[in-house]
Amino acid sequence: MLEKTNVKELDKVVVRFSGDSGDGMQLAGNIFTNVSAGLGNQVSTFPDYPAEIRAPQGSLSGVSGFQVSVGTGVHTPGDSCDVLIAMNPAALKQNVKFLKPGGVIIVDIDSFKEADLKKAMFETDDPFKELGITAQVLEVPVTAMTKAALADSGLDNKAVLKCRNIFALGLVCWLFDRPLESAKRHLKKKFAKKPAVYEANAKVIDAGYDYGHNIHASVSTYRVETEDPRPGVYTDINGNTATAWGLIMASEKCGRPLFLGSYPITPATDILHELAKRKDLGVKACQMEDEIAGVCSAIGASFAGNLAVTSTSGPGLALKSEGIGLAVMAELPLVVIDVQRGGPSTGLPTKTEQTDLMQALYGRNGESPVAVVAPASPTDCFTMAFEACRIAVEHMTPVILLSDAFIGNGSSAWRVPEADEFPEIHTPDVPADKLDGSWSPYMRDEHTKVRYWAVPGTEGCAHRVGGLEKDAVTGGISTDPVNHEKMVNIRREKIARIADDIPQLEVIGNCDADTLLVGWGGTYGHLHTAADELNASGRPVAFAHFRYINPLPANTGEVLSRYKQVIVAELNTGMFADYLQAKFPKTEIKRINKVQGQPFMVKELVDRVSEYMDK
Amino acid sequence: MEETKKYTAADYKNKLSVRWCPGCGDHAILNTLHKAMAELGVPPHKTAVISGIGCSSRLPYYMDTYGFHTIHGRAAAIATGFKVANPDMTVWQISGDGDGLAIGGNHFIHAVRRNIDINMLLFNNKIYGLTKGQYSPTSARGFVSKSSPYGTTEDPFIPAELVFGARGNFFARSIDVELATSVEVLTAAARHKGASVVEILQNCVIFNNGIHNPITDRSVRAEKTIHLRDGEKMIFGAEGNKGLVQDGFLLKAVTIGEDGYTMDDVLVHDAHCESNFLHQQLAMMDGDKLPLAVGVIRDVASPTYNEGVSMQIEEVRARKGFDSLRDMILAGETWTVE
Repeated sequence: MLEKTNVKELDKVVVRFSGDSGDGMQLAGNIFTNVSAGLGNQVSTFPDYPAEIRAPQGSLSGVSGFQVSVGTGVHTPGDSCDVLIAMNPAALKQNVKFLKPGGVIIVDIDSFKEADLKKAMFETDDPFKELGITAQVLEVPVTAMTKAALADSGLDNKAVLKCRNIFALGLVCWLFDRPLESAKRHLKKKFAKKPAVYEANAKVIDAGYDYGHNIHASVSTYRVETEDPRPGVYTDINGNTATAWGLIMASEKCGRPLFLGSYPITPATDILHELAKRKDLGVKACQMEDEIAGVCSAIGASFAGNLAVTSTSGPGLALKSEGIGLAVMAELPLVVIDVQRGGPSTGLPTKTEQTDLMQALYGRNGESPVAVVAPASPTDCFTMAFEACRIAVEHMTPVILLSDAFIGNGSSAWRVPEADEFPEIHTPDVPADKLDGSWSPYMRDEHTKVRYWAVPGTEGCAHRVGGLEKDAVTGGISTDPVNHEKMVNIRREKIARIADDIPQLEVIGNCDADTLLVGWGGTYGHLHTAADELNASGRPVAFAHFRYINPLPANTGEVLSRYKQVIVAELNTGMFADYLQAKFPKTEIKRINKVQGQPFMVKELVDRVSEYMDK
Repeated sequence: MEETKKYTAADYKNKLSVRWCPGCGDHAILNTLHKAMAELGVPPHKTAVISGIGCSSRLPYYMDTYGFHTIHGRAAAIATGFKVANPDMTVWQISGDGDGLAIGGNHFIHAVRRNIDINMLLFNNKIYGLTKGQYSPTSARGFVSKSSPYGTTEDPFIPAELVFGARGNFFARSIDVELATSVEVLTAAARHKGASVVEILQNCVIFNNGIHNPITDRSVRAEKTIHLRDGEKMIFGAEGNKGLVQDGFLLKAVTIGEDGYTMDDVLVHDAHCESNFLHQQLAMMDGDKLPLAVGVIRDVASPTYNEGVSMQIEEVRARKGFDSLRDMILAGETWTVE
């Protein structure tokens, strides 16, 4: 069952700038505060100076900090921060205690040399390990990039180094979408009498902002909270890590090694990072030469008998289309993860959208059905990654998992599942009585239409598969027209029958209401919260959320038919609504759509559902 | 000790009738591959043949091994995943010059660079046969075809040069009709650990008939080719009286006994020499001024990708491995709700 998920949006973000007292942290913090206030945010700040005016440079006692909370409902500077900027090791050591679980640390890695570590009394050469830091650390060459930006400025080295704080400020402005024009106005005022210094700082703030843009730096400004009161061991997890771990769980449950073929792409790369680390669990994660090689190596690994996965985002899914078609034709298990971002083309790489639905469902040549599933929340990424693997293996098909940037980067507390909480995955092995040579590769289970998976190396099962159409009986190449149609129908039917093997669609909220709010994938938290607010305010709505997209849960038509008004809310121009409308023409589907690269806001959902209800 | 079964060429051959055009060079290559496999003795069920798209890529259907006829250009990437996932299998990858060097060029060079332990057979007929006769990336400048009616205006790849550019450590060459040479280089390729590229000059009897004849025709072959064997003098010619000698940094073909050249001047082939300088020069000989080289030109041991992946997993697991996902998570930062 899917746990209740709340999304707290845009309430506030706490940023802590820290560095040496000479590093200008107060100035950077003040400008960020003023820029945010100018955008209409409430702000609350807490400058944290050292006692000594000029303690020895780089020492623990010389650390200066500035914490600011910006957003709505801000009454204090916050107990702890979401983003910690540490300009040197001493600042990191003094301030890491203020970081929230799931927060992000930005360091100037150029000031983490041996001598700097010594001044901050570190005993090893790995300060992050020594402090037990598990948070995400962005190692940014602030000093080097500041110097490079000002190479032709004519300023001396000392003056150049004084601009490092503004580089960090530029990066933070990128992370939180703050307009640089406003920051530059504040800088101009500050350096009114030193135009050369202003020019330098203006250049550096651009450089910091562009750096964030270039490396696709992002932090989640949303906190997703899962209400899971069950006792157990909890950890903080983001959606991409949860996805990676769900795959590992599936590998354990089906007894096949996990293979990942991938190519770096925002915002999916963290899945590759995590699985590359998991050599300690035997995972084979291969960074291939391109997206196509990513999916193709996975297809090869699948034919070889591994649980095979490729991870990507929208543009990469486009490149993998032909490969996925091969896996459809060869009827091999394959999990394709698409962490959706804004499109088309390169689009908005760091922003979230649900615009790859049609690509996932139909984006291949020929009649080429695949299963499609979509996790609802960061923690649900674990469950649905497991489900994608289970369906792929037990039904011998590619499965596309449609995650998105919002839940992929968003994090949440997650109860670590007990060892027996997830089911065994049954690999469709060649029946033992067929190992005498009577087996052929396209023999299938009469009920599920699933063919068997013979692992290369097994005697008696040597066989050939491929992208050409095959004879339904012998598995040999066939161009027979009637056979082709038969195979098209078998492949379609095989996917349709997965509906017998997935949970029914649940309705929550006020089930007896006239209005059904419908969503799918990563919008669950916002929609759930909106439904709760509507019901609490006397507007009864029922809420159904889809995580199984193709095939749909078997009771979908029946559920939709119970309501007078069905409203599908999604972050595209109406793809899932169109899909449902085509399948259930008797239900008139209404729509709430947003395509801004941003998640829904609860308030806008409440308003737009209310509008439909008041009509 | 387990009795090792002796395999014959027939054990690798399946019952399907072969559909290539009569007279196509692919028939001969298929037969030599069956023979080479029997000589190697790897059981058919421990052998996988993975191909792309094109005439040559039909080959897996005629094998009684595991086989995968995939999509255009991607065989090297698919074979890479296959080998990493199931390293006990012997993997053969079959591509033509279009499949391997045009649409699949990126995968080709990266498979070589990565040094995945697969045997990459490149059937080079300098034409697209399955699409009925367009020029390929190995067609000579000016080549006239259906898609270049006035001749091409581009230079071809020389496959060996790509292999060396990608830092390959095994390169061999044969000619479709030279069965013994083909068996020799195919077995050597299989025995080499790492990416082994074998270029086979293959005749397309329909769309490019005789393209290799200026070198491979029986009447000129002895003079236009040289069979290189590790540790042996680089001798060629119908009379066996021609040899390759060093000429500054380059090679020169001489007649022994003429111009003061003796057998002592003739170079000895060292396929295992780590430097690829001489190997490149040998591989680039094109049968014009210098004879085209067949046989194993380069065969140098180097760490393979698949072994690297497996060893790293073993090493990491020995140092800090976990028995299960749950153990790994519990070793990190967690809290307990009672």
